[in-house]
Amino acid sequence: MKERFILIDKRIFRQTEFYLLGIIAVLSFFLTLINPKFLTLENWFDLLRSNVFLGIVALGELVVLISGGIDVSFTATATIAQYIMGLIISTYYIDNVLIAFLIPIPIGIALGAINGVLVHYTRVHPVIITISTLNVFFGFLMFLSGGKWLYNFPPSFRNFARVQAFSLTNPKGGEYGFSIFILFWIGLAILTWVILKYLPIGRKIYAIGGNREAARRAGFNLFRIQLFVYCFMGALAGIASFVHAELNQMIQPNSLVGRELDVLAAAILGGASVFGGAGSALGVFLGVCLIAIIKNGLILMRAPAYWHEVIMGAIIVGAAAINAYQRKLKAKREGEIIAQ
Amino acid sequence: MPAISQETQTKPYLALHQVSKKYGGVVALKGVDFTILPGEIHGLVGENGSGKSTLVKIITGVVRPEKGARIEINGQKVEISNPFAAFCLGIQVVHQDLSLFPNLSVAENIVYHRYLEKSQRVVNWRAIEAEATQIMDKLGVELSPQVEVSHLPVADQQLVAICRAIASEARLIILDEPTSSLTRREVNRLFSFLKELKAQGISVLFISHRLDEVLEISDRITVFRDGQKVGTFNQEEVDKNRLSFLMTGKEISFHPVKGTTSESKTEVLKLENLTKKGQYEKVSFSVYRGEILGLIGPRGAGRSEVALTIFGLNPADEGKIYFEGKSVVIDSAQRAIQLGIGYVPENRLLQGLVLEHSVENNLVITVLDQIIGKAGLTDQQKKRNLSQKAVRDFNIKTETVEVPVKTLSGGNQQKVVLAKWMLTSPHLLLLDNPTHGVDVAAKESIYQSIKELSQRGLSFIFISDEEIEVLNNCDRILVMKNGQIIGEFSPAEVSEEELRKMILE
Repeated sequence: MKERFILIDKRIFRQTEFYLLGIIAVLSFFLTLINPKFLTLENWFDLLRSNVFLGIVALGELVVLISGGIDVSFTATATIAQYIMGLIISTYYIDNVLIAFLIPIPIGIALGAINGVLVHYTRVHPVIITISTLNVFFGFLMFLSGGKWLYNFPPSFRNFARVQAFSLTNPKGGEYGFSIFILFWIGLAILTWVILKYLPIGRKIYAIGGNREAARRAGFNLFRIQLFVYCFMGALAGIASFVHAELNQMIQPNSLVGRELDVLAAAILGGASVFGGAGSALGVFLGVCLIAIIKNGLILMRAPAYWHEVIMGAIIVGAAAINAYQRKLKAKREGEIIAQ
Repeated sequence: MPAISQETQTKPYLALHQVSKKYGGVVALKGVDFTILPGEIHGLVGENGSGKSTLVKIITGVVRPEKGARIEINGQKVEISNPFAAFCLGIQVVHQDLSLFPNLSVAENIVYHRYLEKSQRVVNWRAIEAEATQIMDKLGVELSPQVEVSHLPVADQQLVAICRAIASEARLIILDEPTSSLTRREVNRLFSFLKELKAQGISVLFISHRLDEVLEISDRITVFRDGQKVGTFNQEEVDKNRLSFLMTGKEISFHPVKGTTSESKTEVLKLENLTKKGQYEKVSFSVYRGEILGLIGPRGAGRSEVALTIFGLNPADEGKIYFEGKSVVIDSAQRAIQLGIGYVPENRLLQGLVLEHSVENNLVITVLDQIIGKAGLTDQQKKRNLSQKAVRDFNIKTETVEVPVKTLSGGNQQKVVLAKWMLTSPHLLLLDNPTHGVDVAAKESIYQSIKELSQRGLSFIFISDEEIEVLNNCDRILVMKNGQIIGEFSPAEVSEEELRKMILE
């Protein structure tokens, strides 16, 4: 029995978060050598701000992946949510940012619920379901909106985009700040962590991702868990779409769709397993940071834009392969435990 | 209907009276009376389809019995209308697959039912670990509550599954084939654990195909056959031969069925100092034509790893393989099949039939490439000839080759399996635990098949967990442990006891 206790103490070294931090540190070191501007707070704040959308939806994707599902329709969900919000606040001229914030969330939840219901009752693989809903949602929006862009929002909406949690001055005298939206992201990451770790629904999400049949036999309400998972994804897509609209001050129906891969890459890099049952909020936060750094690095190195796609694809394949390899190693370790 | 008075004084925990079940027109269970006493370990045996699992389904509320049945718990009439009702009455099943959450900790797996309680708003990790530890302590299980279950060996996972049942206040635990993937030492540990449960007044229904183990652990044993209860016996009243007679209605001998060993000692396969780091070391042995070579040892000894190496799926680091006298490199399964080596994983010997399909289609499935005609399509005439020849060769009793396999009798189905393997004209078959989780009668037919094929010149490496099995069926026995061959015996010169000792020590 003794050896097993030692096994836990070493566990930290096997954790994805530990490796991610290491990789981030190494990459940062090299990028700083190439371009000293990389390791400034200004660049980092900027980096975080421009990845808030990615960061928030990746948290939702994490929860879906843990439950053993997958959602690729969230970009369409977010687009619809922000478009309806944009229409409402500009048509009725609602000069209240809180109301604007509250509009996309129920829309996201409703579209998420459609996914949840379809996934549960049709028993078709969620990839198929959500690819379909992605197209249906997006197609509807393009048809109804005619692809028209929205801008010229009320002043409160414009001003909110400039709110900083705090601001600093760089050596050249320019002012830069820590955008309020980064706090949104961090707050939602903490919320996700609390749900996953400390609420029974969170533990049930891990449980159905680990062994669905056992969860069914244990009397868990699988429908309610799945509905929660897809609605949570929808709600986060709604919040993320608000942030995205704020930062751009413009809503284009086609600016989000196509970014699903980045989000999946971040979640998988962060330790979420495509087989379900594994992953953490911290891991995904670091996964998004890593992707942001890689993209930033490519820009700093002046790599052509097409290379970004190549690198993203390579990251997903690499991370998934490492994930599979770790499972294999684990199986082997178990074999050895049985052998001794 | 008055209950038949039991000799025992104790009032039963669970009593079933006149329980029947029909599925459509098929009677699965016919007028069964059955009792389980508190703190009793009750063995339940019967062949597949004898009604055991229907009984368990009725007890656990998965299916409802026909009208007229009466179920009592502690003397009170109860309705077990769904699995949750059974759970509330304190009845829990530990399924063969254990139904654990591999990615959660031992503690969470044991007290997961807390998550179902409405009052539980926030997960209190300390309380969950404390509760799980308390239950494990009570039952003498030493596992860290924080370890992820997937890191545990199967035997420990099983203990976790049983602790979980206890945690939700089970009074009757039904164990479905609990020992099928355990080594003998782990079985011993499980048994002492079951005795601990018994001491605490918890009843256990122990379902197993391994009659030795049922006899060893049970206080009473109930035998089912063809949907009816043959009887309930005190453990002292029966032995293995009696039990299998009661189960099958026919005498099955557990004595060696001696096959005629081939006189000509042609070497089919020879391994020379095969080594693979971390798996096995300096493994050398030969297999002769028509020989059944038993390979026995504890799980994890490297038996399957060696077999997979021979089959090309697990290349060795060092050493040489000779096949029919020639040095060969087997680096893929395709190469192995080309040479005439077949590998049959656990349970596959009998499951290899698609029952709905015709005899013909089942026969040719392994040799589809032989019946390809012009234009790369299957040639119906070739297919017909091949299958009709097989039917003649093996004396399979069937009207035509076009009828579905399921219309054939069990024995003839088995012959179809044999014929199917022989069509591939293999020289050596590697059987990895072919009787794992198989009932007595089916085991017997597998042994017969192997014998028959060996008489046709096919050689076998027969990996097994059961000493008696290799003693009765093999021409030669190799004992493997910690990746090494530690002994070679002929079945005549070693006893079951001696073999078991060698494996355990």
